[in-house]
Order: sequence, then C-alpha cells, then structure tokens
Amino acid sequence: MSEAISPKQSSAHLPAALKQAGLDVEACYQCGRCSAGCPVSACFDLLPMQVVRLCVYGQEDLLQRSQTIWLCAACETCTTRCPNGIDIAGVMDLLRRRVLAQKLKPGQPRVAAFHKSFLRSVRRWGRTYEAGMLGAYKLRTGDFFGDLKLGLAMLSRGKLRMLPRRIRRRREVKKIFKQKGKIE
Amino acid sequence: MRLSYYPGCSLTGTAREYDHSVREVARLVGIELSEIPDWNCCGASSAHMTDHELAIRLSARNLLLAQPEGRDVLVPCAACFQRLRRADLALKKDPKRWGVSDYRPSFKIVHVTPLLSRPDFLLKIREQVTRRLSGLRVACYYGCLSLRPPAVTGAVRYEDPRGLDLITEALGAEPVSWSHKTECCSGSLTMARPDIARALVSDIAKAAGRAGAQALVVDCPMCHANLESRQSDDSPLPVFFATELINLAVTGKSTRKQWRQHLVDPRHLLGSVGF
Ligand code: SF4
Ligand code: SF4
Repeated sequence: MSEAISPKQSSAHLPAALKQAGLDVEACYQCGRCSAGCPVSACFDLLPMQVVRLCVYGQEDLLQRSQTIWLCAACETCTTRCPNGIDIAGVMDLLRRRVLAQKLKPGQPRVAAFHKSFLRSVRRWGRTYEAGMLGAYKLRTGDFFGDLKLGLAMLSRGKLRMLPRRIRRRREVKKIFKQKGKIE
Repeated sequence: MRLSYYPGCSLTGTAREYDHSVREVARLVGIELSEIPDWNCCGASSAHMTDHELAIRLSARNLLLAQPEGRDVLVPCAACFQRLRRADLALKKDPKRWGVSDYRPSFKIVHVTPLLSRPDFLLKIREQVTRRLSGLRVACYYGCLSLRPPAVTGAVRYEDPRGLDLITEALGAEPVSWSHKTECCSGSLTMARPDIARALVSDIAKAAGRAGAQALVVDCPMCHANLESRQSDDSPLPVFFATELINLAVTGKSTRKQWRQHLVDPRHLLGSVGF
C-alpha cells in the first residue's frame, strides 16, 4: 500500500456505518494482538490492526481495494483476543458487504465468486448443492482444472452427490433472500 | 434424553460418515435424535461473510422450526453451531427486528464435543468400549468455530480446550499435547485459495507430527474435509471424527466400508495398533 494511514484523509461514511452496525472500533490502542494471532496475516496487504486503524479514520478506499478483507478466513481469533472487545472479524464482514453493495471490484475476485456461487445454490435449493455450486464457481472464474484430481477422488468416495438435496418449502428460503432489508 | 438434530449440509454430502457416526454414538449413549423438519442451510460461511442480514435470517428459520419441539438442538458442524448460536442471540435481543413476534426458546444449541465430554456421557462411553485404542497417539484439533468467539459459543477453555482430549482418553487413545489445537485451517478459503489452505494445513499437520501424533481427531466437517484434502501427498496423517473413534472402540471392528469416504485411508495405521 503506497498511501499512508493518516487521520488527514478521514471520512465519516465508514465510521457511521460501523456505528450503525454496532461495531465500535474506537478503543483500539494498536497493541497488535489481533495481528499476531491471525493465521492468514502473512498473505495480507493490510494487517488486522491496520484495518482497524483505517476504520477509525474512515479511509475506506484503501480498505475496499485491499486483499485482506477477502483473504480473512473468518476464524474469529482476532475478535476473541482483542483486549478491548473489538469485533475485528465483524468489521471484515461489514467491509466485504460494502464492497459488494457498492458494486466495486473485490480485491480477490475468486473468493467473491465462491461466496456468490454458494449462496445461489442455497437460494435455489434451500441447501448447499456441492456439485452444482462447484460447476457455477468454475464457470464464474474459468478455473476448470484446479482441484480436478480432488473432485474425482471425492466423487469416487461418494462425497460429491450429483443431485441436489432440496428442502420442501423452498419458497420460504427464496423469500428470505428477497425480503432481507438493507442495512447500509 | 431427546434432542432436536440439525445435521447441516455437509453431513448430508461430503461428511456423511460424520452424520452416521453421530447418530450411532447418540444411540449408544441413550440420546434420541429428531431431525428438525425441512431445515435449510444456515448460510455458513458465505452468508455472514458477505451479508449479515441474510445470515441471521437463514439461521433463524431453523430456530423457529425447532421451537415447537422445545428441545436442545444438537449441531455436529462447528460452523453451523456458531451461526445458529449467533442467530439465537440476535433473535433474543430484538425479535421484532427480524420479523419475529416473540422468541423465548426453552432450548439451547449444543455442539457434539461439549455434550459427549460431559462426565456422565464419558462414563457411558467408557463402559461400552470393548477394545481400547491403546497405542494410538492422536492430536485433537478443535479449529475455530465451536470455540470462537466465546461470547457466542459459550466455550470456557477456548484457548486450550479439553473436550476431544477427554473423549479420546476415555477410548484408551493417547491425546498428545501440541501447539495447533485451535489454529485456523482456513476452510472457508479452501476452494478459492487452495494455496493458502495447503500452507495452513501443512503447519497444523507438521505440528501434530512433531508432538508424536499419528492421526488428527476433529469435530467439524469443514476441518475434516480441509485437513484431509490439503495435506501433502507424502505420508499424510489420517483424520478421524471423534464419533468415528468412539464407534471403533465400542464395536471393536474396523471395516473397509467404514473408511470408504476417507481421502486418507486410516487402515494401515489402525492395523499397526491391532485393528
Ligand atoms: S487487538 Fe484490539 S486493541 Fe489490539 S490492535 Fe487489534 S484491534 Fe487494536
Ligand atoms: S478473522 Fe480474519 S483477520 Fe481475524 S484472525 Fe481470523 S483470518 Fe485474521
């Protein structure tokens, strides 16, 4: 990241959204516990503690372009260990949501494509349909050969069902997808 | 004891062996399971990672379906467990916000390991063991979501959990003391970034090996799939669900069919300890 993390560039949009979602980041004193325990931080372009600092300043553009928010595995180690009760994993969730809501390009398009394929499958069947979801994911990303061997091994062990398992009242699930209010 | 049962999607697909073994163990210890009728996917992890509202509402539907029975809900998948607990908290806090007129459940959402590692169930398990797993050194791997964050999961020893260690000990196996019990394996990234998953899984497997373990024991279908599929090809450690090991020690038999779904075949290892 070439741009500096600095209060000079602060904006009020993100802090307002965080506040509305009940995510209080102000108490961060940059102790680094969140970042020390993060299993994926070696692949991050922003450390969790930098994400929190950028949130305090409202420097959302840097966050929205980052790889970090898409590489976060949602393991909740940071949230569990923060001495000040900051829900960093919840902050990551909110940041991803806002990238998608604002139709920006995700820093890791494959990760976003995976989530999209997964949720499509749930919307359609009420449950996850692995084979269908993988197909959709591969189409979306063009990653046809990745994990081919694994897919075959899973098929031969009866781990990948070729037919979806649907629930009876799928309409209720479709309604959940349609009805959900907007929070940002 | 009767419990409602939420298997979750993985247990009807990639982790059917987990579903079978949980049902089998429940029978052994006298728990009657009734599956929540017409349950739906809780959305883990893609829903909450991209859409908080959707995540709560998908999980909430299952809780509302469980409400008439009013019995504690057993959830074997750590990710589903955590999502259902979160929705439960959200509904309790403000049911109207989620379009629910009243939510005062008489039930709790429970994960498999805290339940089976209760002293009374441990005793029942120990009594039924016909063939102890002596000589089998295991690394109990707890991962993330049955523990974190503790305000949601209710876990007490969330940095150094004991449940799986107590269960495997009761079976006569030797749980090792090791460093990566609660390190994330990055299951939620495994499809899109297998390279990262491979690196994290390899750290976990190496740590288990350093501590002298011959196998990993888990209680989450995501961890199981990820640990099995992302280890390196050269001498990978078998990965067991704790409930599979309970069945093994109780029946005393290891059959080919039993391990058919495993990507890392454990029969050689089990043979070396007399099965
Ligand atoms: S652990 Fe909490 S206080 Fe410490 S740097 Fe991270 S967010 Fe800030
Ligand atoms: S939730 Fe994300 S940021 Fe926090 S420790 Fe886990 S991977 Fe790192």
